[in-house]
Amino acid sequence: MKNKSRFLAAPYAVWMLIFTIVPLGIVAFYAFTDAGGSFTLENITSIGSYFPIFLRSIWYSIAAALICLLIGYPVAYYIAQCKPTTQRFLYMLIMLPMCMSFLLRTLAWVALLDDTGIINSLVTHFGLKPLPLTRNPFAVISGMVYNYLPYMIMPLYTVLMKLDRRLIEASQDLGCRPSQTFFRVILPLSVPGIVSGVTMVFVPAVSTFYISQKLGSTSTIMIGDIIESQYKTAYNPNLGAALSLVLMALIFICVGIMNRFTSSDEEEGMMTL
Amino acid sequence: MSKELIRLTDLTMKFDTETVLDGINLYINDSEFLTLLGPSGCGKTTTLRIIGGFLTPTSGDVFFDGKRINDVPAYKRQINTVFQRYALFPHLDVYDNIAFGLRIAKLPEAEVDRRVTEMLEVVSLKGFENRSVDALSGGQQQRVAIARALVNQPKVLLLDEPLGALDLRLRKDMQNELKRIQQATGITFIYVTHDQEEALTMSDTIVVMDKGRIQQIGRPEDIYNEPKNAFVADFIGESNILDGVMNDDYLVTFFGRQFQCVDKGFAKNEPVDVVIRPEDIDIVPASEGHLTGTVTSITFKGVHYDIIVDFKGFKWLIQNTDFEPVGAKIGIRLNPEDIHVMHKSEYSGMFGDYSSYSAEYDEIAEGGEDEE
Repeated sequence: MKNKSRFLAAPYAVWMLIFTIVPLGIVAFYAFTDAGGSFTLENITSIGSYFPIFLRSIWYSIAAALICLLIGYPVAYYIAQCKPTTQRFLYMLIMLPMCMSFLLRTLAWVALLDDTGIINSLVTHFGLKPLPLTRNPFAVISGMVYNYLPYMIMPLYTVLMKLDRRLIEASQDLGCRPSQTFFRVILPLSVPGIVSGVTMVFVPAVSTFYISQKLGSTSTIMIGDIIESQYKTAYNPNLGAALSLVLMALIFICVGIMNRFTSSDEEEGMMTL
Repeated sequence: MSKELIRLTDLTMKFDTETVLDGINLYINDSEFLTLLGPSGCGKTTTLRIIGGFLTPTSGDVFFDGKRINDVPAYKRQINTVFQRYALFPHLDVYDNIAFGLRIAKLPEAEVDRRVTEMLEVVSLKGFENRSVDALSGGQQQRVAIARALVNQPKVLLLDEPLGALDLRLRKDMQNELKRIQQATGITFIYVTHDQEEALTMSDTIVVMDKGRIQQIGRPEDIYNEPKNAFVADFIGESNILDGVMNDDYLVTFFGRQFQCVDKGFAKNEPVDVVIRPEDIDIVPASEGHLTGTVTSITFKGVHYDIIVDFKGFKWLIQNTDFEPVGAKIGIRLNPEDIHVMHKSEYSGMFGDYSSYSAEYDEIAEGGEDEE
């Protein structure tokens, strides 16, 4: 049985080998070589100067993930309470923005927040000064929230939908006020969904590019943009590879810390990377 | 004996257009073991959930200790519940599950520890404190659920088919255990089940329900010996139910023969349902019987045989410890106290004929129940 089912994983194993393991090897090779192809540690050691940008990327992504959680949890909770037909409809609405191009969504956000954008033309229409909505951390983080919110809602909804109604009744039966039911039963039981959602927002957010280019300024540049520029404008793929490698290591560490929050017996539904 | 604790008056519950409870009137005494008994969908779980505060009745009132509690939320009621399939908190271990209610009540941790430890002893789960509840067997989970409710020392404990998921042997043990706990603590138990044997074994009072209405309330012996209608007679134990005419007090005619009986107070020549329990019938040689019939099937049941006997086309179930071969002509004798006479009801003619008898009847009757 065990031996036979092993073959079911074979297509993916081949895929993984060709498109993940081998490219990872190539990235590692570039990271430790110079333009001529000989071994060097220079790429890695020069990364120190990008440390503030790494830090900023992580900081922005954590902020975006937490805002997504604060917005997403109540929505997911609400949807999970609805009738099944309503649930399907609302779930589809949540998914809808994901069917749109990432670029388009970001550009739409630009159109909204720009100095001459939709919001500010309304503001100036009423004779007020335009709000500084763009080219700052707020704009970048809100752009990330806008793009990645569905990834937060989905796992939260899945966990909350499966939550046994009788556990809520049991807690009421044992004297819990609604707030106590939430903090003592619903919240602890949705931790796997929270970890999964935070991971699914944090990981793509920390390596994202383009959002900062469109919505931010030079002081909000993120590590993804630096990596992109190494390949497209600076023509230094070796440094780009080294940055990618370090970013990967940092993501592993962050996700590892996050997963510490779930104890070992609550692993179902959790996303580990 | 003791004072009234809970009263339900004209309780009606409608879900959309479906009427689940239809005019329930019931009072429950302090320290009583009361069982709501009925088939799937009879409204017994709905009644329990209304008492627990998880449902608000469409109309009618719930009184607790003389006060109307329709609008009191579940968490403010001095009532705890043992849920069907337990509903234990999967993120807490055995100890924390049991301590849950006490900690919500903000008892000092020393007191919590004392009571949880004591309760673990009562349900024989000492040493299981730090086990995950998922790692327990059904019987152990069951006992955690009981401990979690009882540790709060509620006025009333509601139990919703608590033994449904256990095997027969364990169920019998837990029945005795629950009865013992109830008598030791003096807590009022309201117990929901579809298992008539369980109800007869444990209860002080049984409430038989069907179609959202109470069919009969009484002590187990009364319910069994003097069922009010054909539904109760059939649901509690096995019954042969026949058409008869009550000629006079203590005189009833069925199968064209007049019998002495112990019932009175019927109108002269009132058509009635006559119940004869299969274990009350004495088999005698054909020549000596009040009635004679032919054995059409016999099934060994362990303690006794189930014998189906054809009397003029109407088949009776007789339970007897002696073997009678198929095709044998036998006679039966009925003593006055073997005959129970009931008024006609909406259930008349629906039960009590064993023409379609099959040896599996009780397995079918006990089939998987997942109600409301």
